[in-house]
Amino acid sequence: MCLAIPGKIVELVPASESLAVVDVVGVRRRVDLGLLEDDRPGIGDWVLIHVGFAMSKISEQDALDQMKTLAMLGETDAALQEVRGYGLEDESEDHNEDHTKARSAGA
Amino acid sequence: MKFVDEFRDPGLIRKAAEEVRRIVDPARHYRLMEVCGGHTHAIYRFGLKDILPTNIELIHGPGCPVCVLPMGRIDDGLSIAADHDVIFAAFGDMMRVPGTNGSPLEHKARGMDVRIVYSPADAIKLAKANPNKHVMFFAIGFETTAPSTALVLQSAKKEHLDNFSIFCNHVTIIPAIRAILDSPDMRIDGFIGPGHVSTVIGCRPYEWISKNERKPIVVSGFEPLDMLQSIVMLLRQLEAGEAKVENQYKRVVPWEGNIAALRAMVEVFELRPYFEWRGLGFISQSALRLREEYAQWDSERRFAIPGIRVTDPKAAQCGEVLKGVLKPAQCKLFGKECTPENPIGALMVSSEGSCAAYYSYEHRKAALVTSLGATA
Amino acid sequence: MTSKDSARTTPKIRFREPQIEMAHGAGGIASRRLIEGLFVPLLNNSPLQPLGDAAYVNLNGSPVAITTDSFVVKPLRFPGGSIGELAVNGTVNDLAVSGAKAEALVVTFVLEAGLATSVLQAEIEAMAKAAQEAGVRIVGGDTKVVEHGKADSMYIATTGIGAPIAGVEVNPASVRAGDKILISGPIGDHGITILLARGELDIEAELSSDTRSVLPFVEAIAAAAGLSIRWMRDPTRGGVATSLNELARDCGLGIVLREDSIPVRDEVRGACELLGLDPLHIANEGQFLAVVAPDAADEVLMAMRGTPGGGEACLIGEVREQPAGAVLITTQYGGTRIIDMLVGDPLPRIC
Repeated sequence: MCLAIPGKIVELVPASESLAVVDVVGVRRRVDLGLLEDDRPGIGDWVLIHVGFAMSKISEQDALDQMKTLAMLGETDAALQEVRGYGLEDESEDHNEDHTKARSAGA
Repeated sequence: MKFVDEFRDPGLIRKAAEEVRRIVDPARHYRLMEVCGGHTHAIYRFGLKDILPTNIELIHGPGCPVCVLPMGRIDDGLSIAADHDVIFAAFGDMMRVPGTNGSPLEHKARGMDVRIVYSPADAIKLAKANPNKHVMFFAIGFETTAPSTALVLQSAKKEHLDNFSIFCNHVTIIPAIRAILDSPDMRIDGFIGPGHVSTVIGCRPYEWISKNERKPIVVSGFEPLDMLQSIVMLLRQLEAGEAKVENQYKRVVPWEGNIAALRAMVEVFELRPYFEWRGLGFISQSALRLREEYAQWDSERRFAIPGIRVTDPKAAQCGEVLKGVLKPAQCKLFGKECTPENPIGALMVSSEGSCAAYYSYEHRKAALVTSLGATA
Repeated sequence: MTSKDSARTTPKIRFREPQIEMAHGAGGIASRRLIEGLFVPLLNNSPLQPLGDAAYVNLNGSPVAITTDSFVVKPLRFPGGSIGELAVNGTVNDLAVSGAKAEALVVTFVLEAGLATSVLQAEIEAMAKAAQEAGVRIVGGDTKVVEHGKADSMYIATTGIGAPIAGVEVNPASVRAGDKILISGPIGDHGITILLARGELDIEAELSSDTRSVLPFVEAIAAAAGLSIRWMRDPTRGGVATSLNELARDCGLGIVLREDSIPVRDEVRGACELLGLDPLHIANEGQFLAVVAPDAADEVLMAMRGTPGGGEACLIGEVREQPAGAVLITTQYGGTRIIDMLVGDPLPRIC
């Protein structure tokens, strides 16, 4: 149920309402964007692909935030306190802002 | 590969593993269940057990849609294709799953028209390309996959496509987790939550786990860094005595889920009153079937199926392994009568089934990991 | 009659399956069972026993290598080659990795009635060209035509003979713990190209089959350090995983690979991630594996890289005592997993 891969939208298929061409390190496949019709991604956006359908937009900002947090693992306790302040453990409260709109600017 | 390679960075993985070691209480034994078969596969593929301390036990959950499919359902699907000159289309995952008289691939070798598709959209394309045949798509999967099937059915209806139907075996994840928690033999400290199912259902459906069952659950991505970070988050909660739902996979999982996907599912599917899960028995409100408006595209309504229940051999302990009560190697048939080549139970057939994963990736490792020394 | 006598007169057939399935031809575990359980007991002889890519027989005192291979491929033509080229290169390569230089090939065609002559001609032309490039002559053959609906257009089988290359003698029994494992180039190109060329998965990529003769590489490494080469194999159907598992079983030692040193093209990687496949299980038609003594590894690698087309050759692992009989892969961060042989062909998955 879980094999899903990130890919970048490189082309929108003109004759169709919801098809796009997605690139995964040089491999291209047509993907249906129908599940993202409420917030249609465009060329340059990254999406998560599962069975030929885009499931979600990938937020580059969230990915960067995560990398920052991970890079700081193992720092001193003081630094850890600062990391906790970033809200990694509090997002059940502020989840609303999180992902309702993708902030990905593509790559 | 962007959004993949960064989360496989060896330096960061080592750091995360060190953080796990820093947080664990050496006097405590942690039992964490990863619900989703994709996570089971990831644990073995990335060798995560090698870098986790031994007092963290990862227990494999029932989130493997192939593993929980009763053999009778496979027989039913194959019987439609055998009797009615039908093209049997399914994902690669289904191809080696044994039915009573052989797997789909074995049926193909005997002349049945069996096609592997990567997407339900491919199945509908097959139907359009073969107007004189009927294409039956054997649909499996949790909520990750059901919305795609739903969209395809909406297309079929819109275009009045007559030679296409779905044999629907979609199941839902929450009842499976409930069954685990209700099981008297279980003791799970926390859950690694299914990241891709959650892109559809969001994180809200897990709130009862933290509120009612007082267990933490962290919705996790599938790369090694994702899983390690999720384990760190779970451990932090456990050490602090907390039980919350957290979203580790924020770059992809929206807390509220994917409304368009849920909308499509609700338009096309309804819950079956009950459904049999291999190894777990009958669970109510745990599986999907097509609504009346889609009856024409429902293989079960278009064709008569034998509907025979096939029980697993008594010696096969799939149910206990599925619930995490037994480890694969503890099943009496493991590695002897039941191997990936000759699977008795579905846990050995699916590449994310815990028995197959353990057999392929792990069980010969026992004597030797210590002999490797430094691997970097 | 002693039990030894009865063992000689009654072959012990261990293959118990009542019918042949697709998996028996896929080059994995099932194929191995068929060969070891049915063919070997009934055909029993010493040149057969090693079950190498080619067998050595003695002709008037001189050793001659002989091998055969058959080619069943759909589609017949694909980016980078066609069935004809595979048929020539495949047999030349089986001889090469057995330490022999192909001298002559004979070819059998099984053709489907209704096949366009132009298609057959194109394949014969491809074979002639491949043979010339490989330095081998096609000196004879046979043709059969079967009814429409059989033979998937065309099946080709080639049988080749060759003389041993001086200074090389490969034998899994000579493999020792500490030996190094080398590959001639990136893996997975051929199998993924074929998968995409079938057009069923709606995936496009700039990929082509790697089909080529590996003889120039074998000759180069033979010249550099022939005596230090323990074993070679061309990882065709079943991929590197299958070849190395067979070696591990045959020599009773363990093989440990470093994941980050295995060369894979981006597009192969992308297609494999999309489809849930492992490049180690995917067929190659222009690569070979070599196990060499540790002190010769650098020389052999340089010789490979110095041969045209060998620029991506690299060291991917080594032989160890453990895990005996199995292949293990390690990651930079200390994770490990066993790499198993597949039962049949690799299948795309969504879970």
